[in-house]
Amino acid sequence: MPELPNLKNDKNKMPVQDALIRAHNFDEVALGYNKELALDEAKRCLNCKHMPCVGGCPVRIRIPEFIAKVRECDFEGAYQIIATSSSLPAVCGRVCPQETQCEKNCVRGIKGEPVGIGRLERFVADWHNDHIKTEKLGINKNGIKVAVVGSGPSGLSCAGELARRGYSVIVFEALHEAGGVLAYGIPEFRLPKRILKQEIDVLKNLGVEIKTNIVIGRTITCDELFKDGYKAIFLGTGAGLPRFMGIEGENLNGVYSANEYLTRSNLMKSYIDKPTTPIMKGGVVAVVGGGNVAMDAARTALRLGANKVYIIYRRSQNELPARAEEVEHAKEEGIEFKFLTNPIKIIGYKNEHDAKDIKNGFVKAIRCIKMELGDPDERGRRKPIEIANSEFDIDVDTVIMAIGTSPNPIIKQTMSGLETNSHGGIIVDENTGKTSIDGIYAGGDAVTGAATVISAMGAGKMAAEAIDKYLKNE
Amino acid sequence: MFKIVSKKILNPTVIQMEVLAPLVAKKAEAGQFIILRVNSDGERIPLTIAGYDREKGLVKIIFQVVGGTTELLKHKEVGDCLQDFVGPLGKMTDISNIKNAVVVGGGVGCAIALPLAKKLKQTGINTQSIIGFRSKDLVILEEDFKENSNNLIITTDDGTYGEKGNVCVPLERILNAGNKIDKIFAIGPLVMMKYVVLTAKKYNVPCIVSMNPIMIDGTGMCGCCRLSVDGQMKFACVDGPDFDGYEVDFDEMIQRNKIYAEFEGKAHEETCNLFKKEAR
Repeated sequence: MPELPNLKNDKNKMPVQDALIRAHNFDEVALGYNKELALDEAKRCLNCKHMPCVGGCPVRIRIPEFIAKVRECDFEGAYQIIATSSSLPAVCGRVCPQETQCEKNCVRGIKGEPVGIGRLERFVADWHNDHIKTEKLGINKNGIKVAVVGSGPSGLSCAGELARRGYSVIVFEALHEAGGVLAYGIPEFRLPKRILKQEIDVLKNLGVEIKTNIVIGRTITCDELFKDGYKAIFLGTGAGLPRFMGIEGENLNGVYSANEYLTRSNLMKSYIDKPTTPIMKGGVVAVVGGGNVAMDAARTALRLGANKVYIIYRRSQNELPARAEEVEHAKEEGIEFKFLTNPIKIIGYKNEHDAKDIKNGFVKAIRCIKMELGDPDERGRRKPIEIANSEFDIDVDTVIMAIGTSPNPIIKQTMSGLETNSHGGIIVDENTGKTSIDGIYAGGDAVTGAATVISAMGAGKMAAEAIDKYLKNE
Repeated sequence: MFKIVSKKILNPTVIQMEVLAPLVAKKAEAGQFIILRVNSDGERIPLTIAGYDREKGLVKIIFQVVGGTTELLKHKEVGDCLQDFVGPLGKMTDISNIKNAVVVGGGVGCAIALPLAKKLKQTGINTQSIIGFRSKDLVILEEDFKENSNNLIITTDDGTYGEKGNVCVPLERILNAGNKIDKIFAIGPLVMMKYVVLTAKKYNVPCIVSMNPIMIDGTGMCGCCRLSVDGQMKFACVDGPDFDGYEVDFDEMIQRNKIYAEFEGKAHEETCNLFKKEAR
């Protein structure tokens, strides 16, 4: 007789590092379920026949099936089910916004909390990485070369999918390390680099080759890749240029884009004791923006030794685009939110009497104006409107702009015939990821502008399927 | 890994290396740059390409020792390898529609000015070069410039070699001489470029400058290398590094390049001490 489901209304809580301790270290915040918690949570799944959760997953993980395996204590079996759909389960289990995807559709969510699908995914992936030594898989190679440009979520997902289908996949990465935003953007305390490396090793064992230090468009062009025998190319070049607000003072010393700040800390490891790459540490920090990147930047600033960190957001708490969990974590750690507030100017230090004062040109304060919410715009979000004569200054040493990015311009600059939209995003067929050039596909932030890791992975996977179809018809 | 195949001390703080990087050498053009890391926990630093040999797959870099990373690099010898070496990055210098050009190089900036002078002269453009240094013992690349210019003027601030004074003096003389100059290219310290632009403006001659801000990725991702050009925010790595000198906000750029001056000084000192300890 099948075991009765666990009818508790609440998810098993995720064990976390204490807020006051974790605010001063870069160790992972969420510690993960142990076996007992995982088994208990797995029993909450009703194994619905119509599987609404799967419909919410951009890479269509067979969720009830893997949870059933967890319930049987067959964790490797559970991993193998996930691995057929996702190339980076330990990453997704950590950074996916499950509450707006799979878990949003969970039947258990109607009366109580949905099943902790993300937490279970993370448990299964970590269990696999800790217990199973992956070996090179003997996949039958078809001898067809495919190039993947960029080793971020969309590129890795596309590469993994194609490698499983027998293609010889070479991933070209501009930086010195693979992972794209997973390496330079998402901080150690949310996604330890050790986990990322394990996931990339799994892909390498599938036969994926990663070449770092190569900028496609500059070092090698796409035309040359085709001449070199590559039969198809996937562009996963990511969101390139950071956006700024266009206000006075944005070029003062101490103003960073979130990309720069996070890259210095994560990729270049300026958070360690004696870094080779500098970053401004300590003082008072203001982060502008309300997305996950803003939360990451603010929490990084705190861990780098800031006395005080503000998040300045022009709408209210209800409109924050960041995951609720990240907002909660940030608040627990002592980050102060300034809602309905928008910067209008960054004020620099200037010693009128001493042009050689070393503080000259550095940030001194940020001038803000209070906002109120007006009528909803075409997307249904209420527009923030300035309240006249409500300006005020906050004394700060560092300002981090986390207000989004626009797609990387290098590919567009160096490739004629590639159609892009007015924002610089590559135009693709939405069902295949095919660009305006035959044999070239694209996905992820290079197409959509800044979005989530999992939607980029979904796009990479979809393009891989389309590339497979295209090359089989050739 | 990228092997160092030659090394030459040009003056007490300026060193030239040739690095085996065939893919970069194949594409490199005057005006572009590379980013390197000396070792696996190293910093990424941009260096403008000082020359290339496509057949041998070599890229020439010339650098001045200023911080920890360049000090470390100084101690690398022929046969040693660099961890990372990526490029060519940035746009190449545009030399279209020019008959007469003046190339102005200052200090270690001459290293970058050289491949440009070479390209201009090879294209058949009448190329006059002015290279300026603080003092005689800092003069570099004199022979190379002689070979690659129709006319070469050397200046030193203290008058120990060539003409005494800064590069703007002979530049003004050339502009005054009445021969039409189509374009001036200035590459060197920011203050020098600022004054070359002011001189060029007086005579209404277009002036291109090569910017060298602090960078990390070099592909547009981080925005660290931003500067104001005609009031607009530009990124040197993808929009430059060449810009119309008339439009660059030099004072802001000078300020921005000082962000980590204190860190850099300390890092240099610490690296020096490390090598001294080893030598003992």
